[in-house]
Amino acid sequence: MNLSPLFTPQSVAVIGVSASNDRHPANVIFFKNLLRYPVKTYAVNVKGGAIDGEQVFPSVSAIPDSIDLAVIAVRAEYVPAVLEECIRADVKSAIVISGGFSEVGQDDLQAGLVSIASGAAFPFVGPNCLGIYSPGVVDTFFLPTERMVQPEAGDVAVVSQSGGILVDLLVKFAREGVGISSAISIGNKAYIRELQLLEFLDDDPRTGVIVFYVEGFARNEGRAFVQRAAKCRKPVIVLKAGKTSEGSAAVSSHTASLAGDYRVFASVLAQYGLIEARNELELVSFCEALSCYPDTVIKGRVGIISGSGGHGAMAVDACVGGGLSVPRFTEAVQQSLRNSLSESIRTIASVANPVDLTGSAVENDFIAAVEAFCEIADIDSILLLMLPYLPGISADLGARLSKVYRRHGKPLIAYVPHVEKYRMLIEGFELNRVPVASSIESAVHMTSVLRRCRLC
Amino acid sequence: MLTKEMMDMLHRGRKNGWLMEPEAKGLFASAALPVPRFAWALDLQESLQSAAAIGYPLVAKVVSPEVIHKSEVGGVAVGIADDRQLRQFYEKVSGLPGFTGLLLEEMAAGIELIVGAKIDYQFGLIILLGIGGTSVEIYGDVAIRMAPLTPSDVHSMLHELKGGQLLSGYRGSAAVNKEKLARVLVDFAELVQDMVPYIESIDLNPLLCSGEGCVIADARIMLGDVFLKTGEADSVFTG
Repeated sequence: MNLSPLFTPQSVAVIGVSASNDRHPANVIFFKNLLRYPVKTYAVNVKGGAIDGEQVFPSVSAIPDSIDLAVIAVRAEYVPAVLEECIRADVKSAIVISGGFSEVGQDDLQAGLVSIASGAAFPFVGPNCLGIYSPGVVDTFFLPTERMVQPEAGDVAVVSQSGGILVDLLVKFAREGVGISSAISIGNKAYIRELQLLEFLDDDPRTGVIVFYVEGFARNEGRAFVQRAAKCRKPVIVLKAGKTSEGSAAVSSHTASLAGDYRVFASVLAQYGLIEARNELELVSFCEALSCYPDTVIKGRVGIISGSGGHGAMAVDACVGGGLSVPRFTEAVQQSLRNSLSESIRTIASVANPVDLTGSAVENDFIAAVEAFCEIADIDSILLLMLPYLPGISADLGARLSKVYRRHGKPLIAYVPHVEKYRMLIEGFELNRVPVASSIESAVHMTSVLRRCRLC
Repeated sequence: MLTKEMMDMLHRGRKNGWLMEPEAKGLFASAALPVPRFAWALDLQESLQSAAAIGYPLVAKVVSPEVIHKSEVGGVAVGIADDRQLRQFYEKVSGLPGFTGLLLEEMAAGIELIVGAKIDYQFGLIILLGIGGTSVEIYGDVAIRMAPLTPSDVHSMLHELKGGQLLSGYRGSAAVNKEKLARVLVDFAELVQDMVPYIESIDLNPLLCSGEGCVIADARIMLGDVFLKTGEADSVFTG
């Protein structure tokens, strides 16, 4: 089954547009693609006619063009007939936005869709979903663009069982500068499910990191998923919701009681080398770090640079709490590090790791310290706690430090408070593919995920 | 592959929904997993005869389809030294609901572990290894893996247990034979793989491990819903 037409369609038919309701999901989807995406977009309603001067075709077969993707937003009971017509008209794929299937107990109606599609190996996403948003390519979310917060194009693909969580994640990705290749809401995942999307995204050249928000797998479904993910060349991150529900079966054995649903889930992910994000905060940090450093695997020996002793101490606590180590430098290393610093801080800086350059440090001290860290064999990653309010540094420092990373290849992770005032400093890092965290804790998450990514 | 004898044992368990200890041990014995020498005696006379064959001191346990947790009803006696103590124990437990005789077996010693199997809804067969035997639910110190298990999975499970140090010899106590423990886990997982369409979960609890090796001191096999209702394999795992 070829899923490409879902992700990179040249032509889209939006079926179920309304002549009377501008806010109808189909109308929102039709106009946003017509006006803002490089796809040929056609409106379909059985009554035909026109909306806002755009022709409405009475059926998908009446469109004088071959259609890669049909977006179906008609009432649930009409969906089977529409799906059949799409197959007859040689449409290549579909997204069923409409609700009213298994989520409200209409299992037979949903099973009917699956039987129609599987007979023709016709890929469809949904029902009861938002579909696919791919920056600059296509957007089937029925949310008006002016209401959405859209991350830039990038290489993170997100597959979500919940449309709401997905849209919310996009807000967070945008805020943290994580770019996406595509966001896929799979709704009731009647036919196209996590496994097929994993296979597609593993081969998708636009995707470098694959994220799944999972509420639950069907019976025995998780097995094939983790086995396939273990073979994936790209990092696979999973955020599991419903961690506290422990299954409803009467618990008659110790094993059944100890091996609760979530405990099994977390253990199996780790066994197969998938990365579990325990919450949204971790998820966003993991995505940013892995997107910048997809091929880096570290042991987790961290060197820390800051302009404040307190920041260094907090970072050490977070590192050790997260299973990372912060090795103390040898006397020889400390001496050479000290010699590389400007005279004004040479006697007051702490250089044992964490390194505190003090509030009197100037820009070149940060450069010198990061240069020196790149040569220290005892550490395999650098945590840089930037205090942009220090008088001796400028907004250029982000871009300058990123160059140091590019020369040496030892992963550098920065913390900069995320406020508008420091935007240029942050972009200096991020546009040069160095991840920037908005808290010390997130910076440590970014570091630790580089250690956990076993197969990349 | 399950032998016909094993399938017959599973079918017999359908009456109660689970395989009682002597039935489960019989099944594991036929798969060459380590169980102590044991006998299932239906009355006092048989009990005394079996005890003589096994030799005192020994362990006696009540057998009853209505008693899942034997020690909670005083249904386990460790270190029975002679006929008199065995008679006393018999009289005490023979009034328990569903009484179906005594299980008599040789004494075993070692660190108490739990090994378990469960058919997880999302992932199918998973194997559990934990520390603690009867108190396992208090500590919750367990490692879980999806089957099949490789020897390196077993190694990483041992490493994951917080109390793993206990198995390496702690404060003068002898270390557990980890190679034999790993063998038991891998063999158990292999056997259970064939039982997946028929079971819900299995406890080997405790599995007693020492420097000599491991022995399944108690075992219970809970059967799966589909098999219980229909007598057929669950088609999710066979089709």
